[in-house]
Amino acid sequence: MSQFEDLNRLLAQGIISRREFMGRATALGATAALSSTILSSPSFAAMPKQGGHFKIGMGQGSTTDSLDPATTLHTGTQIVNHAVYNYLTEVSNTGDLVGELAASWEASPDAKVWNMKLQKGVTFHNGKSFGPEDVIASINHHRGKDSKSAAKPIVDPITDISADGTDGVKFTLSGGNADFPFLMSDYHLAILPSKDGKIDATGGIGSGAFVLEKFDPGVKITMKRNPNYWKSGKGHFDSAEILVIADVAARTNALTTGATMAMDRCDLKTVHLLKRNKSITVTKNTGTQHYTLPMNAGRAPFDDVHVRLALKYAINREALVKTVLRGYGAVGNDHPIGASQLYFNKDLEQRIYDPDKAKFHLKKAGMSSLDVTLSSSDAAFAGAVDTAVLYKEHAAKAGINITVNRVPADGYWSNVWMKDPWSMSYWGGRPTEDWMFSQAYAAGAEWNESFWNNERFNKLLLEARAELDSAKRREMYGEMQKLVRDDGASVIPMFASYVGALAKNVGHDKMGANWDMDGLRCMERWWLV
Amino acid sequence: MALGLIVLFVVSLIIFLGVELLPGDLAQAMLGQQATEETLAAFRKELRLDLPMHTRYLEWLFNILHGDFGRSLANGREISELIGVRLGNTLFLALFSALIAVPLSLTLGILAAMYRNSFFDRAVNILTLSSISFPEFFIAYILIFVFSIKLGWMPSLSNVSTETPIGERLFVSLMPALTLTLVVVAHMMRMTRAAIINLLASSYIEMANLKGLSRARVILRHALPNAWAPIINVIVINLAYLIVGVVIVEVVFVYPGLGQLIVDSVQKRDIPVVQACSLIFAATYIMLNLTADILSIITNPRLLHPK
Repeated sequence: MSQFEDLNRLLAQGIISRREFMGRATALGATAALSSTILSSPSFAAMPKQGGHFKIGMGQGSTTDSLDPATTLHTGTQIVNHAVYNYLTEVSNTGDLVGELAASWEASPDAKVWNMKLQKGVTFHNGKSFGPEDVIASINHHRGKDSKSAAKPIVDPITDISADGTDGVKFTLSGGNADFPFLMSDYHLAILPSKDGKIDATGGIGSGAFVLEKFDPGVKITMKRNPNYWKSGKGHFDSAEILVIADVAARTNALTTGATMAMDRCDLKTVHLLKRNKSITVTKNTGTQHYTLPMNAGRAPFDDVHVRLALKYAINREALVKTVLRGYGAVGNDHPIGASQLYFNKDLEQRIYDPDKAKFHLKKAGMSSLDVTLSSSDAAFAGAVDTAVLYKEHAAKAGINITVNRVPADGYWSNVWMKDPWSMSYWGGRPTEDWMFSQAYAAGAEWNESFWNNERFNKLLLEARAELDSAKRREMYGEMQKLVRDDGASVIPMFASYVGALAKNVGHDKMGANWDMDGLRCMERWWLV
Repeated sequence: MALGLIVLFVVSLIIFLGVELLPGDLAQAMLGQQATEETLAAFRKELRLDLPMHTRYLEWLFNILHGDFGRSLANGREISELIGVRLGNTLFLALFSALIAVPLSLTLGILAAMYRNSFFDRAVNILTLSSISFPEFFIAYILIFVFSIKLGWMPSLSNVSTETPIGERLFVSLMPALTLTLVVVAHMMRMTRAAIINLLASSYIEMANLKGLSRARVILRHALPNAWAPIINVIVINLAYLIVGVVIVEVVFVYPGLGQLIVDSVQKRDIPVVQACSLIFAATYIMLNLTADILSIITNPRLLHPK
């Protein structure tokens, strides 16, 4: 274990490269997935223990936060959702899909109709017993013309939901989707108790491991254990509180002085100092979160695939991971599928920094030099502006002149992203390939940030979605990753890890990498030793 | 008073227009990267953001005249309830800091004037000027580093709530109050010193000295009463600062005051909350200025009859 730690320190300090790290880690007998989580396992094998008061400091959180799952925006409220509410399905800590309120499910052969059998004997915090009507009302909260839900594009393909007996729900979709149960684990789609076919979206009543006591948005959220929780082996704290501590130095101080027991979003610039503290463990999870630089494929010069390739060869990914992420991440290969995902294409060659190849593609595009403007703001991700400036230096060697246009973080998503020809963005990632591709790469998708339209890709996407044979899907998703990598209009230089810190007395199993904070389920999964 | 009300009205209009001019609106801020045209439209309709600007302003004005601050657009909570607790926290911290800072700076100022150009005078000046020159967050971090991390005497978080008992509240608020004290002391102390020294050149002070009065008596009984007016004005400006300008200290110590609320609300374009907060801030300034005028006149009735 200590050898890994040494390796990781060398990596963080830039003494060895990422590639070397992976090589040496493999030599030590670690798989890629293991070496990314190896550091975070002090209480790995310990048995969960009941009791205690858990305090966590979260970086995101605002007075304007709401309990309405339709507008859940950031990790601060996402973990509240997963503590207070349950979902139909859950992505487990090993990345598999398991049932939560849905006990089991089966699809029609064309994957258009889904029958879900619901858990029996579940009661909400207000005493109402859980039934199909709650599922229908909760999902309908996000559907329909008047929906303001951020999850609307996810539930839009549902044409009908109906009860199937007293413990079943039938979903009818407009097109086949083999990943439909995965979609139901989305953090917006919480199941709340219904009353007359409607849910009280801001009432804070769910069936989760914790009963909400006080919701003081932007300050503190307190909850106590649900004594009637239906899941066994989950929800260990007697009570818990989430403190919103926006300032990273204050958040770190709170953890080091024992005022909190966990924090998210460590300051990567100082995390090596935090690691020296013997009573604290720094956790790192590299999953699906990645940073993108989407070009508008419909506008010159980005409509030429050679220009896009030139730009992709002109970025030094290793250097960015080393400097911007301080080693807490992995290089990207210009497609959005993470190495931990089921259908990740292992045979695809990693694209590296190659100014000569960039020049070659520029020549193919009929240019000797290229002037482009990249709009950048730290609203896209922490370190976005630094990334843009470094990229400018890398690209200059290939005869590409990037002008970095620094824009305000305020209103970035509404005024710059998908408006300027070339901007920066991030994706928390989605648990399935189909989900990621359909939201951000399918032609006509609301968030197709690069306005990319590839006929073959779009055809494969529809076919793979309705395909239930796993081997065939692997082949199709493999080809799609290649298409996005070689023809797509997004430069995807890196996958960023979630870096948090825990006091030594916080116990946990292997952490989920699908989202931050143990797949957002830290409240019900962690315990105090 | 009438003038004050007009100022409040103008402030509310400027703030409203200012927030309107900012790019984006609440629906976009709340949905962020996940917004789509349809959901934005539905969101705006629900919040009545699709109505023209003047309609929304007049509606708001009508309600406020009837004592109704309205609800937060972002989470539907009553603004009066949202602000009530926070305003209490802010006032508590301001009062606490003022109780430390005002007596301290008056004492230091008077002593500095008494022992003018002495080592004591120089030392006090250098110390207070250095503390005002550092950014607030830097002072806060230094205090946290020394008292929370190295010595472990004080908590680094001051997240008080309504249930916090008064003793504990004073204890956890001490560090933010000290930070604020260090920031405001220099201004008040130097004004006290300057106002007194200014008077020491007057002939009636010379008379008092010639009578053989002690230095302390000359300054406290003869000079100070005439120096109150400018000192009060500076104290009041600093009090207003303690109420409206402490957002950075709030963030560093995670103290739930009004500053954090208004920053959050501006970011999300939650206009009714921004409006309510700015009205409170504007009213604070107006009230404190009024108080300063009244107090100045009480200490020096000659001000009622300008030459």
